[in-house]
Amino acid sequence: MSYEAVMARKNEIMKKAVGIDYQVFESGSIAFDYERMMKEVGYTIDEIRKIQAETGVGNTPLIELKNLTKLARKLAPAGKGARIFVKDEACNPSGSFKDRRASVSVYRAQKLGFKGVIAATSGNYGAAVASQAAMRGLNCIVVQEVFDSEGRGQPEILEKGRKCEAFGAEVIQLSVGPELFYTFLCLLEETGYFNASLYTPFGIAGVETLGYEVAEQVRAATGRDPDAVVITHAGGGNVTGTARGLLKAGCKNTKIIGASVDLTGLHMASDRDFNRKSFTTGHTGFGVPFATWPDRADVPRNAARSLRYLDRYVTVSQGEVFYMTEALAQLEGMERGPAGNTSLAAAFAIAQEMDEDQVIVVQETEYTGAGKLPSAQLTFAREMGIEVRRGDPADDKPGERIVIPEHPAQIRVKEVNLDALKKSYISNCIKHYKVQKLTGEDIKFLAEDTKTSEDYVRMVVKELGISI
Amino acid sequence: MPDAVKGTWVQIHRVVLKSEERSPHLPDDTKKVPLELRLKGFLTHDACIGDEVEIETLIGRRVKGRLVKVNPEYDHGFGRPVPELLTIGMELRKILGGDGR
Repeated sequence: MSYEAVMARKNEIMKKAVGIDYQVFESGSIAFDYERMMKEVGYTIDEIRKIQAETGVGNTPLIELKNLTKLARKLAPAGKGARIFVKDEACNPSGSFKDRRASVSVYRAQKLGFKGVIAATSGNYGAAVASQAAMRGLNCIVVQEVFDSEGRGQPEILEKGRKCEAFGAEVIQLSVGPELFYTFLCLLEETGYFNASLYTPFGIAGVETLGYEVAEQVRAATGRDPDAVVITHAGGGNVTGTARGLLKAGCKNTKIIGASVDLTGLHMASDRDFNRKSFTTGHTGFGVPFATWPDRADVPRNAARSLRYLDRYVTVSQGEVFYMTEALAQLEGMERGPAGNTSLAAAFAIAQEMDEDQVIVVQETEYTGAGKLPSAQLTFAREMGIEVRRGDPADDKPGERIVIPEHPAQIRVKEVNLDALKKSYISNCIKHYKVQKLTGEDIKFLAEDTKTSEDYVRMVVKELGISI
Repeated sequence: MPDAVKGTWVQIHRVVLKSEERSPHLPDDTKKVPLELRLKGFLTHDACIGDEVEIETLIGRRVKGRLVKVNPEYDHGFGRPVPELLTIGMELRKILGGDGR
């Protein structure tokens, strides 16, 4: 089967494999009814909690990081330094928040009578789907991007593959390239299995319980709503699900902050660059393209739409995240990560801008160990010719140099211009759908999808020279 | 003598797309190389390294490819201790102790 022939049948294969007809939610040239899709295809919070309880997912502890808070207050101006809490998602069965997403997909697959599930992911999601499939007695295939053309594997991805095999999944390990999607489509056709996509309405609904629990637990611990929740941002599902859960719990004023590791300059489809990054997810190589074009995902309409919810988006460097991973272990006795420690590094810096009586939450941790630890990643980085040294993390250069801060005061966040991302998203919609004229429905949709106003969208569209 | 008998846990290798069959939207370094696949499973017959073989995967799927490894090892580890990280805990405790600022 040629690459082109399979890609041309993409929508037809997908429709069978997720059991959703996305067209019924579409209107105008660009618009689709996002909330109706989430409502009709997803589940309510109570239903999800029940589904997740069946396989031991969720209800993870919320832990106050008292020593890191104390450290932040030492560095902050007087009266500043919010209380930092972390949601210990490593306590889920396969060791990450991804169990929340997988639990609903696999439940759905079982209910619809599928014999197995397939997930395309190099991350924790594979292990989560494999674990849930094991519990529900379904077959599981995980398709990963693992090796460069020399056959060298990224240690973190190798570990995640091992974990999938430990749960009885078949793991297809591929070399670098976006044609992973082609292999994935071929497998869906061959097996007739369910596409446990990260981006379906039920996958995202699975994460809503995380935001909901954060709201409940912060209220119980502090008597107030969280002032800010920092979320490691990659494909957008973590941000979207958590923010929706917080809103459903009534946290209307909680700031939603996305955080990614800055990997600017590295090409995500490059055979050479592939093994010159120390983070395989939670980085700008996913965060930015998925924010500005969410429908690039493996379903026609991505339910993960981060720009609908983000109030702020920041980056931190690889060296800063390694430093905070070490600090979390040494001061709080928690060996976790890497992904959640991206938002931890950001939260540590942002807490210093906030008042002492405020609360900032790092909303996930993940299991760690061989391949995933800073020691494993930095040993591998050195083998790949990357320089590792102490210094000012502002000198960090992805693919060339990892700079571990000399002092915690050097941990800072870099702002990502959300306005530019929103404009880029609107422009991508117009380009992708080849729109000559926008309808009122399109404008309304774009305003909601970028958390802006119809006036804002009209202004951007005018700048792009499109008629309304 | 075969390198592996029927039922042995092995890894196979296969080229999925030759470089000229790959997606047109790739950076130059990736365009030059094929898309490769590696997969583990149980041999369905005796074979030697380099042979075209058939395996049965953990979920019972039968797949063909070239035999590259017998009982493949998980060789990712914890790495070597990193001097740049080793002292961070002590430094932070000193700061929290009150005189390290």
